[in-house]
Amino acid sequence: MPLANTPTSVPVVVDNEKCIADKGCTVCVDVCPLDVLRISEMTNKAYMAYDECWYCLPCQCDCPTAALTVNIPYLLK
Amino acid sequence: MSLDKIVDGLNEVECDVLVIGGGTAGPMAALKAKLKNPGAKVILLEKANVKRSGAISMGMDGLNNAVIPGHATPEQYTREITIANDGIVNQKAVLKYAQECYAIIQELDRYGIRFQKNENGDFDMKKVHHLGTYVLPMPNGDTVKKALYRQLRRAQLLISNRYIATRLLKDKDGRTAGAIAVNTRTAEFLVIKAKAVILCMGAAGRLGLPASGYLFGTYENAANSGDGYAMAYHAGAKLANLECFQINPLIKDYNGPACAYVAGPFGAYTVNNEDARFIECDYWSGQMMLEFYNELQSGKGPVFLKLNHLHENTISEIESILHKVERPSRGQFHANRGTDYRSSKIEMHVSEIGFCSGHSASGVFVDEFARTTVPGLYAAGDMASVPHSYMLGAFTNGSIAGEHASDYAKDTDFAAYDPEDVARERERVLAPTRREDGIPPNQIEYKTRRFVNDYLQPPKVPQKYRLAQSRFAEVREDLETGMIARNAHELLRALEASSILDCADMAAASSLFRTESRWGLYHLRTDHPGRDDENWFCHTLLGKVDGQMTCEKRAVDPYVVPIEDDEKDLYYRQRVEARA
Repeated sequence: MPLANTPTSVPVVVDNEKCIADKGCTVCVDVCPLDVLRISEMTNKAYMAYDECWYCLPCQCDCPTAALTVNIPYLLK
Repeated sequence: MSLDKIVDGLNEVECDVLVIGGGTAGPMAALKAKLKNPGAKVILLEKANVKRSGAISMGMDGLNNAVIPGHATPEQYTREITIANDGIVNQKAVLKYAQECYAIIQELDRYGIRFQKNENGDFDMKKVHHLGTYVLPMPNGDTVKKALYRQLRRAQLLISNRYIATRLLKDKDGRTAGAIAVNTRTAEFLVIKAKAVILCMGAAGRLGLPASGYLFGTYENAANSGDGYAMAYHAGAKLANLECFQINPLIKDYNGPACAYVAGPFGAYTVNNEDARFIECDYWSGQMMLEFYNELQSGKGPVFLKLNHLHENTISEIESILHKVERPSRGQFHANRGTDYRSSKIEMHVSEIGFCSGHSASGVFVDEFARTTVPGLYAAGDMASVPHSYMLGAFTNGSIAGEHASDYAKDTDFAAYDPEDVARERERVLAPTRREDGIPPNQIEYKTRRFVNDYLQPPKVPQKYRLAQSRFAEVREDLETGMIARNAHELLRALEASSILDCADMAAASSLFRTESRWGLYHLRTDHPGRDDENWFCHTLLGKVDGQMTCEKRAVDPYVVPIEDDEKDLYYRQRVEARA
């Protein structure tokens, strides 16, 4: 059976103005227990690549520039 | 798709002691293995990053089972845990934990993890259990992972992050020879030859589907997908009392603890919709969960945690703990819904099922030295069978495992595995990456976990369980012949889906085997509603024999701490008596 993409509203929001991934920072990507964050090859900023979040907050708390906000995933908000 | 592109690769390393899982028990096991024999090569393998992995990723608000001289004795604690588990415990392992945990508390204190003290400088112990006093708050519990990580760096331990272990290697005599792992970003393989392996891979927390339907909205850290249970099973280790499920009372939808252990000592308590108490004690046991479940099913649900009778200062103090450590997004969740502890009660619910000895009793069978039934293989933390062990049990039993394994490895040579085993495992793991199209791991996982909820959630009905087994077999066929992983990250999820399905099958088989009811809601059989001590005062051991899942009985070892007849059923007296 062929695959389709289903849209999903992701809980982790990145403020591109504050994010310093383009300067080599990977803290949020490193600390995520579910490994769902990546650095975009297009923008060189962090983003949530997979909607698999435990809303646990290491990414938000460990970010050196406070660029990340973790919202409660919509299905359980 | 260039994201997490699959790379062909195979590396081999060797070490004396391999610790798999960098959450709580694992770092302690690795540290102690190294300190015991500083010349030993110790590798700590973790599928996430040791800095923030495991159940205590963000921290922990207290010790739930601290046996502190002057407040409790190891014998008292062993007695309480025996009673709370309806007598089915390996007391030697519980007693060993109870004797060693105070030294571990002092060690954690030296690492910079502070414990609450009263004005006299004594540990500020709180009573939460039914009988004794074992709860000790940790005011800076949000620093626990960082403090631990500093110790790992100081000992110059070898850490391999982002590798998921898939199978253990053994020699032809059944001795542990190492493990096979896959990189979660590239799908490159790593074969680790080891003289001893310690499994510290956490709970099977992604087994039941949360009521929200969000796959990762679990009570346990969603990374804890039962990989250790599955790996131990396939290696031929025995798993004990898996039918003693983990089910917890949690904040509805948020699915985190409310948390009665923190708020209870301040005067908070659980009530029904009439604002009346219905349980004597908020300590999590199967009997307590049964009363909780019965209240929800009666016309007196929903159930709430009540704090709104407390003083403003008290509530602020509780908030400062609950919204800072362990699950800090709890504050945001309440704010979204306009829930203020000062005016509203917190709606509670029953969690999805899982395996977790940290809170219940289901785990890989271990003795008092954390040895499994496979030579050279150890287990500690939420996946090992020492019941109700919580975070301090993970630290303490991890320490015991690390020291014992280090000495074992010193006097042992490498066991020789069959290279064919590695080749076969590579084919099994990579099969989903070789398909053009198929079923993605998230659909395999969702379907497995939906059936877990439909059929395995207690009360346990044998006919439903047999239907579950048929459905799981169909999903297994799909998993083995039709699952697709388009990149390394999807392959990680595919491997986890496989662990989850193994755990679902184990939950069904062990629950059908024990034809009695025990541990309150955890193992409540509709066809055998009573406890049957004559036939079932024993452990059940599940294992893989000639490729088949089998169950057997194992006698409970003679108690080292005797239990009086009039103490045995104290945990059954949970319901608040009607008062005239």
